[in-house]
Amino acid sequence: MAKAGKTLEIRTSPHILSGYSVDTIMFNVVLALLPVTAFAVFAFGLAGLLTLSIALASCVLTEDLICRASGKPTTVGDWSVTITGILYGLTLPPNLPLWMVAVGGVICVAVGKALFGGLGYNTFNPALVGRAVLQAAFPVAMTSWIPGFGAGRFSSLPLSTLTLPFTAPEYDALTSATPLALWKFSREATATSDLALGFTSGSAGETSAVLILLGGIYLIARNMMNWRIPASIFASVVVISGALHLADPARYASPAFMLFSGGLMLGAVFMATDMVGSPMTSRGCYLYGALIGLVTVVIRTWGGLPEGVMYAILLGNAVTPHLDRWTRPKVYGARGKEAAS
Amino acid sequence: MRSMRLLGLKTFRHGVHPPESKDETSGLAIRQFPFAPLLIVPLIQHMGAPSLPVVEEGEEVSRGQRIARADGFMSVSMHAPASGVVRRIALAPSIGGRMVPAVYLEPFPGSTQEVEDGTPCPLDTATPDEMIAAIQDAGVVGLGGAAFPTHVKLKIPADKFVDTLIINGVECEPFLTTDHRVMLEQSRDIFMGIRYLLKVTGAEKVIIAVEANKPDAATHLRETFPSDLDGSVAVLQVKYPQGAEKMLFSALLGREVPSGGLPLDIHALCCNVATAAQIGHLLPLGQGIHERVITVTGPAVKRKGNYRIPIGTPLRFLLEHVGVEEDVNRVFLGGPMMGAAASSLDISITKGTSGVTAFTDSAAERTHSQVYPCIRCGYCVDACPIFLNPSLLGMLAANEEFSSMTEEHNLMDCFECGSCSFVCPSHIPLVQQFRAA
Repeated sequence: MAKAGKTLEIRTSPHILSGYSVDTIMFNVVLALLPVTAFAVFAFGLAGLLTLSIALASCVLTEDLICRASGKPTTVGDWSVTITGILYGLTLPPNLPLWMVAVGGVICVAVGKALFGGLGYNTFNPALVGRAVLQAAFPVAMTSWIPGFGAGRFSSLPLSTLTLPFTAPEYDALTSATPLALWKFSREATATSDLALGFTSGSAGETSAVLILLGGIYLIARNMMNWRIPASIFASVVVISGALHLADPARYASPAFMLFSGGLMLGAVFMATDMVGSPMTSRGCYLYGALIGLVTVVIRTWGGLPEGVMYAILLGNAVTPHLDRWTRPKVYGARGKEAAS
Repeated sequence: MRSMRLLGLKTFRHGVHPPESKDETSGLAIRQFPFAPLLIVPLIQHMGAPSLPVVEEGEEVSRGQRIARADGFMSVSMHAPASGVVRRIALAPSIGGRMVPAVYLEPFPGSTQEVEDGTPCPLDTATPDEMIAAIQDAGVVGLGGAAFPTHVKLKIPADKFVDTLIINGVECEPFLTTDHRVMLEQSRDIFMGIRYLLKVTGAEKVIIAVEANKPDAATHLRETFPSDLDGSVAVLQVKYPQGAEKMLFSALLGREVPSGGLPLDIHALCCNVATAAQIGHLLPLGQGIHERVITVTGPAVKRKGNYRIPIGTPLRFLLEHVGVEEDVNRVFLGGPMMGAAASSLDISITKGTSGVTAFTDSAAERTHSQVYPCIRCGYCVDACPIFLNPSLLGMLAANEEFSSMTEEHNLMDCFECGSCSFVCPSHIPLVQQFRAA
């Protein structure tokens, strides 16, 4: 036996691993986002493509630069910043001035992620942090939308897209209100089928509920997403908005409208489920989802804004550590100990 | 807690599903292993005090003869694994790298190697105390891997009682098939052992627990189950660590051992199936443990199999005999989930060795992955069979907040099954940190 001089490795058990790895999980999330992203480009043409590209590029470059500046190996390869970049792009109005897109992307990664300590420590979903800052800084630009499937969308750009940095955008006559705004400000309902398939105006990636659900189902099947979170968000939205709708159908939107409009699908499936910002215990996940659903309906119904998913998720992120603590499972044998003492 | 059922099979909550890797050896019958030119029998193979040698250097011994006696109650006897000459009584390396006293025994090359009988301990006439003494004298320890002296847990205090005896044939550790083969080939010994154990503990009934991946063993035990014994064979869902006794109690009885307590507190007792077989085989003959069944397996082993190997066989001799691949990279005693890596090939097989697994470079590659920060995915929380939060404990360990780990987060309940490290997508060495803490 040719063993002489051969060194055996000594490690402690376990000597095998499940094969799951952070980068494979993150890469699969990127895969799951591709159909939604492709649909966004298809629906909004060049403007959508530019918005998404600039969003992704600004996030990835910021992460890379911050890693270099702090003298650490770049963490771009773990795919997590790619998710942030794509999600961030998908939450933006596709006609947002590109310079604002880039500014928000830097904020996503620099403030939402790096400042908190990088991957694993980013208490809040970085994509939503960037978006929230933009919403506060540029409220008009962040609520001006173009309709999807415009005739010249692959050959021309909306006026606002190429606005010079640090100047206010101008809008052409083509802007249109989102289904949520239509409901909120003029009580005008949109057909559920249009909402589910994505034939409405809205942020780049929030319009097609079907494709979002498809991506979510893929991740759940691969055990890379906690199904309890979207399930609980949907359930709480349906129950709360359903009760309101039953009480007064003219004032309160139907549960189907609530589910399929705005950023709820995208938020529930891809953003609230961000592993870092969501609870680890199963009971915690149910509570977290219920809270997000509740806050979303409350903001949409009684708040000043037509949309509330973003703030609902950020609030959910904030209470996650507490949810984990409250729902700590009882350790094996703890019951017997109490009985004995 | 209620016991949980899924697909009609009993199990516990949480746990993981490592690849079983048992097919290559589960069909191979137990074969006798040859004697090494020099057997090194450590005098401490169990939890407790080292045994005291009762032979001298140069003395001739016969196979099965007692060569060391128990030093107090937390200790057991040792028996000669072969007829031969005691060459030395000196220190020898052990699995952890520590040197321990050992008997160096050189087998006679031409001997027939008959096993010497001692004073039988008859099932019908012996009292429980005599049986406990006989089990200690036979050197019986838990063969599942823990090597806890069996007679110690059989000594039931006057204020406690046992209603159910559980015989553990789960063998949830990947790669290992020793218990599987013992159940197929030694059912008579197992049932004899159960009769002794029932009498010692006063338990009313017995449950033999088998995982669903060994249907042949379950069927065989059911077919040979003596009609006068009160008990059953329970088939459990395949899941790691189903074979931990705490998991068995919750799956089979719906009872939880109190934190810091003993199985006796819930009137149950668990004994490994190979241990029961040894008791049933040895006590009627008055013999002691001098060999045991071991699975030698893993991608680096050429002639995998289940072997009856003399205690004290050096690991180097064992691996040379079965043949290993050129690119062998890691050798551990036991299976890959809880087995300890061998620090040297000069250590010997002991009573607690249930398997020898060898990995090649390529098989080991998967464990060399990059470590990422914790992303709070919660996989470990869903894996932990005793409902700890390994992620949180890992962060506390990294900050060396050991008192918080034990006082607020129940670290002492961890039995180091390694499920958390197995599932962690960030490859954080969670259980490894807990052991250190």
